[in-house]
Amino acid sequence: MTTTTLGPTTTDRTPRVPAAAAARRPFPLVRHSAALTKRSLIKTWRTPEALIDVTLQPIIFLAIFATIFGNAVAGSTEDYLQFLLPGILGQTIAMGAIAIGVNLNTDMEKGIFDRFKSLPIPRSAPLLGAVLGDVVRYVIVAVVTIATGYAMGFRIATSPLEAVAGCLLAVLFAVCLSWVSVWVGMVVRTSGAVQGVMFLLVMPLSFGSNVFVQTDDLPTWMQGFVDVNPLTHLVDSMRGLFLGLPVGDHVWWTLAWCVGLVAVFMPLALRAYRRKV
Amino acid sequence: MTTDLVIEAEGLVKHYGETKALQGVDLVVPRGTVLGVLGPNGAGKTTTVRILSTLLDPDAGTARINGLDVVRDAEKVRHMIGLTGQYASVDEDLTGRQNLVLFGTLLELGRAGARARAAELLEWFDLADAADRPAKTYSGGMRRRLDLAASLVGRPDVIFLDEPTTGLDPAKREAMWDVVRSLVTDGSTVLLTTQYLEEADALADEITVVDHGRVIAHDTPDGLKRIVGGQTLEVRPADPSRLPETAQILSQVSTGAAADEIRKGMLAVPVAGDAALTETVARLGAAGIAVTELSLHLPSLDEVFFSLTGHTADDGSATGPDATSKEVAA
Repeated sequence: MTTTTLGPTTTDRTPRVPAAAAARRPFPLVRHSAALTKRSLIKTWRTPEALIDVTLQPIIFLAIFATIFGNAVAGSTEDYLQFLLPGILGQTIAMGAIAIGVNLNTDMEKGIFDRFKSLPIPRSAPLLGAVLGDVVRYVIVAVVTIATGYAMGFRIATSPLEAVAGCLLAVLFAVCLSWVSVWVGMVVRTSGAVQGVMFLLVMPLSFGSNVFVQTDDLPTWMQGFVDVNPLTHLVDSMRGLFLGLPVGDHVWWTLAWCVGLVAVFMPLALRAYRRKV
Repeated sequence: MTTDLVIEAEGLVKHYGETKALQGVDLVVPRGTVLGVLGPNGAGKTTTVRILSTLLDPDAGTARINGLDVVRDAEKVRHMIGLTGQYASVDEDLTGRQNLVLFGTLLELGRAGARARAAELLEWFDLADAADRPAKTYSGGMRRRLDLAASLVGRPDVIFLDEPTTGLDPAKREAMWDVVRSLVTDGSTVLLTTQYLEEADALADEITVVDHGRVIAHDTPDGLKRIVGGQTLEVRPADPSRLPETAQILSQVSTGAAADEIRKGMLAVPVAGDAALTETVARLGAAGIAVTELSLHLPSLDEVFFSLTGHTADDGSATGPDATSKEVAA
């Protein structure tokens, strides 16, 4: 290294933006979160291997489950695929929400969070930025799942608008569910444990639901759980919106779950985050 | 303002369960000066910095930055400070430039302002060539520089440097010292923690020595050196058979004590200052004694602690850098 004189070479004492001026700019939380969302997106772009759970996973799940269960459950792979695809989309998107807690748990150990805390920004901005940055991952799940489905013979029976609405509902659900993951990421000590805990939560949700078979075909004792399971409501909403089946009040139940998850787990996550300083 | 104290801390206490990290730390830093906080690992240096930079609330005691309380006015304090932690606090997946632009945006510099400031800092810190590479590809020295640049994005009044040179090799340490000096020329007030008296001596106007969460001494570098007894001159003659002769020469330049063989073939004497080095070189030359090692250094942290407390610093890793001051190859 050449040891030339580094650092400020000019007398530069321009005062920093005074607090008052900064406060005059509106919506600091929104703007700071947006800047931190961009950070998240850059990180995702730099580490494409971290997208395996939202790219390869839906492809493999669709292929495996449609082939294995197709004949047994619905008589043919084609018929089963129509039924299965919204389920796999719901399951994969829920699993996609696990990663954020794992990543934040690792991230918190690094100095970057000290830097964020020493800046005059809302404390919650780094978490909000991370959650919003993951929207892109959920959109990838939806696109990959539907594209793979189309290649395998799945067809949307309604309009593109309804199909998009179904996908957006799934993305919204994943964003809300990710607050659970963020909270676990804040309270559990190691990233491996975050993964373990979240798997224990998401597995019963995805298998104790109507993802693979109709609720009526499940054991009676299980049906009570399946009926309140948010994933059941999400998947039924998507089946309705993709296939033109009756939607009933499933969309409302899904939205209610979204509100509930955020209302409970976002404050818990933010509190745990502040404590973790 | 009458007494222009930028950093004031009184009776800071912080306990982590049974561990008493801080047991009443007081310190003051006048505007435009550098305070060196010297102590071994676990002395409470980082905890003090974390409290002063609003990352951590003290259990007891108060601290003010520019007269603002670090707990009650944390938000305002954050507008005035820059923090460089012990570990690089930048995002390793982002490039150097993206890091600096991100912090500029978060500091309300605006899009154009953040970009301009990032470019300026990258230039200053000799990172312009590496600006668009992810920070994880940077060398240790480059990371430290990026980290320091990141803490200067908002042109802070007060800069906290937590062990800025730990783990850097001597050449890079010197380069980092130059940066710190230029910051002060620039008008900033700096609080620097270090395990090396050498470093505190090179940079600080005053030094506060901490141990076990307490301040055990506060003085100017010269004052502290007087307490701990000047410098040590070490000489290794090329021919071991000439040790006695060398020892005699060294005794003549010493401040009193006779030369001591501290390691096999290595002699050491306490000396008053730099003049002793020239004197020794001249005398050894006149006697025709060739040497393989000749160095002058300040006491290590262990020696400082021994002088101040009568016991050595608990942590074995807290020894000073080996003779980085003035090495002469003979």
